[in-house]
Amino acid sequence: MAAAAPRPGGGRRTVFWNDPRVRAIFAQTVVLLLVIAGVAYLVNNTIANRERLGVASGFDFLRQVAGFDISQTLIDYDRTFSYGRAFVVGLINTFYVAVVGIVLATVIGFLMGVARLSSNWLVAKVADAYVEIVRNIPLLLQLIVWYFVVLAGLPAPRESIALGEGAFLNIRGLFLPKPVFGEGTAIFLAAVGLAVIAVIVLGRWARRRFEATGQPFPVFWTALAILLAVPALGYLLAGMPISFEYPKLGKFRISGGLVMLPEFMAMVAGLSIYTGAFIAEIVRAGILAIPKGQWEAAQALGLSRGQTLRLIIIPQALRVIIPPQTSQYLNLTKNSSLGVAIAYPDFFNVAGTINNQTGQAVEVIAITMAVYLSLSLTISAFMNWYNARMALVER
Amino acid sequence: MRLSTVFAAASVMALAAGGQALAGPTFDAVREKGFVQCGVNGSGLPGFASVDDKGEWSGLDIDLCKAVAAAVFGDASKVKYTPLTAKERFTALQSGEIDMLSRNTTWTLTRDTALGLDFVGVNYYDGQGFMVPKSLGVKSALELDGASVCVQTGTTTELNLADFFRANNMSYEPVVFETNDELIGAFQAGRCDVFTTDQSGLYSSRTKFENPDDFVVLPEVISKEPLGPVVRHGDNEWGDVVRWSLYAMIEAEEYGVTSENVDELKANSTNPTVRRLLGVEGEFGKALGLPADWAYQIIKQIGNYGESFERNLGENTPLKIKRGLNDLWTRGGLQYAMPFR
Ligand SMILES: N[C@@H](CCC(=O)N[C@@H](CS)C(=O)NCC(=O)O)C(=O)O
Repeated sequence: MAAAAPRPGGGRRTVFWNDPRVRAIFAQTVVLLLVIAGVAYLVNNTIANRERLGVASGFDFLRQVAGFDISQTLIDYDRTFSYGRAFVVGLINTFYVAVVGIVLATVIGFLMGVARLSSNWLVAKVADAYVEIVRNIPLLLQLIVWYFVVLAGLPAPRESIALGEGAFLNIRGLFLPKPVFGEGTAIFLAAVGLAVIAVIVLGRWARRRFEATGQPFPVFWTALAILLAVPALGYLLAGMPISFEYPKLGKFRISGGLVMLPEFMAMVAGLSIYTGAFIAEIVRAGILAIPKGQWEAAQALGLSRGQTLRLIIIPQALRVIIPPQTSQYLNLTKNSSLGVAIAYPDFFNVAGTINNQTGQAVEVIAITMAVYLSLSLTISAFMNWYNARMALVER
Repeated sequence: MRLSTVFAAASVMALAAGGQALAGPTFDAVREKGFVQCGVNGSGLPGFASVDDKGEWSGLDIDLCKAVAAAVFGDASKVKYTPLTAKERFTALQSGEIDMLSRNTTWTLTRDTALGLDFVGVNYYDGQGFMVPKSLGVKSALELDGASVCVQTGTTTELNLADFFRANNMSYEPVVFETNDELIGAFQAGRCDVFTTDQSGLYSSRTKFENPDDFVVLPEVISKEPLGPVVRHGDNEWGDVVRWSLYAMIEAEEYGVTSENVDELKANSTNPTVRRLLGVEGEFGKALGLPADWAYQIIKQIGNYGESFERNLGENTPLKIKRGLNDLWTRGGLQYAMPFR
């Protein structure tokens, strides 16, 4: 019908309940009220139920003594510390495994993504197989295989596999010499700092010169030389301040040195290999998204395949890659909560223990949700910043 | 809230018809749905709670679930089981997912108060112990300085462990698992030197080992672990039912009432306690809101406490656990039912 045509002369105003704007506002108000009532009902119900049961409430428990120990603590902690501290220990463990996992997953993903596009048949097929197999097996299963099959097959402490001077591997973990920083370490650290600054300055200067004159400078090799020579010199000048503490085999376990627990290794292996497969696909898609003309143009300019990838293709592909990459990093971080299945004391695991020992499920779950939300938002914020930077580089 | 009016009317009618006492929310709900939802051990702890290949549950903790069903419905099979890990169990009870928890759970002050729960008895007196491979050559828990210890999360065990090592100035590496099966796997693989939990749990878990004879339980018992059934705080009528179902089993053992002689004793016994227990005299069923023959049904269908113990944990089982603390008070143990009066 042609009723939509405006009536000449403004016409009669519709009754207000027929006015779509009024209707929309009315509907929204009703929905909002229903939501508020629903939430209020739930909150009320929860409070009333918990009161009836006499369940403790509030966040005072955070200051109480935790009473349990945690296997991997990167900050000071034992059973006499508070529940609050135990949460922090768990958070740091989550952070630790997520950061190491993200770095490794990115390396694996880039290598495999590029390998899938390789003209070498074998390389491409191996990468294909990796992606297809790993992507299609649930992560939990992979973690369990890593922990209960692969790592559980390692020898007992007495039959440790020696990995060169003072480092060995057995079912209790990977044991490495631990650096002990003696007097004069400051001088050495200053030398390291100096070298890093020098390299940054060099890089800037080389780029500016390249843009101005078109003359390339061997930045990589010069930087490497600076990074090796300056700290070495500083180390000698300071009188060799760093010594190593070697792990020693005791009655039960190995004491001293640096330890990487098998739970941690299984988590890192599982998370990075699993996520790496997804990243490989993203990288492949990102590279394929760059029009063929770019390759041909680069070729026409006389760039090698490696140079083309490094200077032309990857910088452009990154724009396509980074957004989905961000969600892979978020997935990896959230997936680290599967640590509970293989005794890795990540945040979720420790929170579960605290929940059980205090019975304050509502508070513990609220804290857990807030923590994972903040972790995710932090990673997103960082990746958005990186994305913005990358977008600028492209002209 | 039309529905609750119907329920209320129904229970008023039930009250008028059966002369039953007013019951609490859980008790009403259980009667309404016609079965008891019982939270039990999830990994399977042979002797306490395990499930066979036909899906039949058995064990000391299971018998208690069945006893409650026998008391309420006169039918021990009216139970549904919810397998729970140590970590899940309290939330399951608090949230109303289960009606009662019968899962080797230690009665502690925190759990009885701040967790909003009520313990209603002890069906097994236990204590925490340590198990090590024989090859380690350790004779006492005091030699364990520096050991790595497998322990389950959400238990009193992990707290006692921390206390014990600290009190004795020893260090250790805790490896904390969520389920007993994972723990057993890691322990057998050699991830840790020591497996610690309730002694009953050690003996029971050992029956699942590939080479049970390669492991020993050390002599030290480092804690008190009174294990018993749990209900929600404030759920008094239901708590009474669970408590007295357990007591009926213990009282029956003390007075020599067994699943075999219960019919005969019900017909002929002149002992006033036995007559009261079996509902021949007195109105105990009514006081609890149960049928008069509630205890008779428990004993007839499940047996007394001693029978349940022997069947699940005794000499003729792989566990071969002695009665020890779990013998009757009259024989020097701790099992003691409050008087049926
Ligand atoms: N009695 C202790 C420990 C009970 C407990 O959970 N024991 C373990 C080890 S025997 C168990 O039953 N695990 C089986 C499972 O959760 O899968 C408590 O109440 O905290």
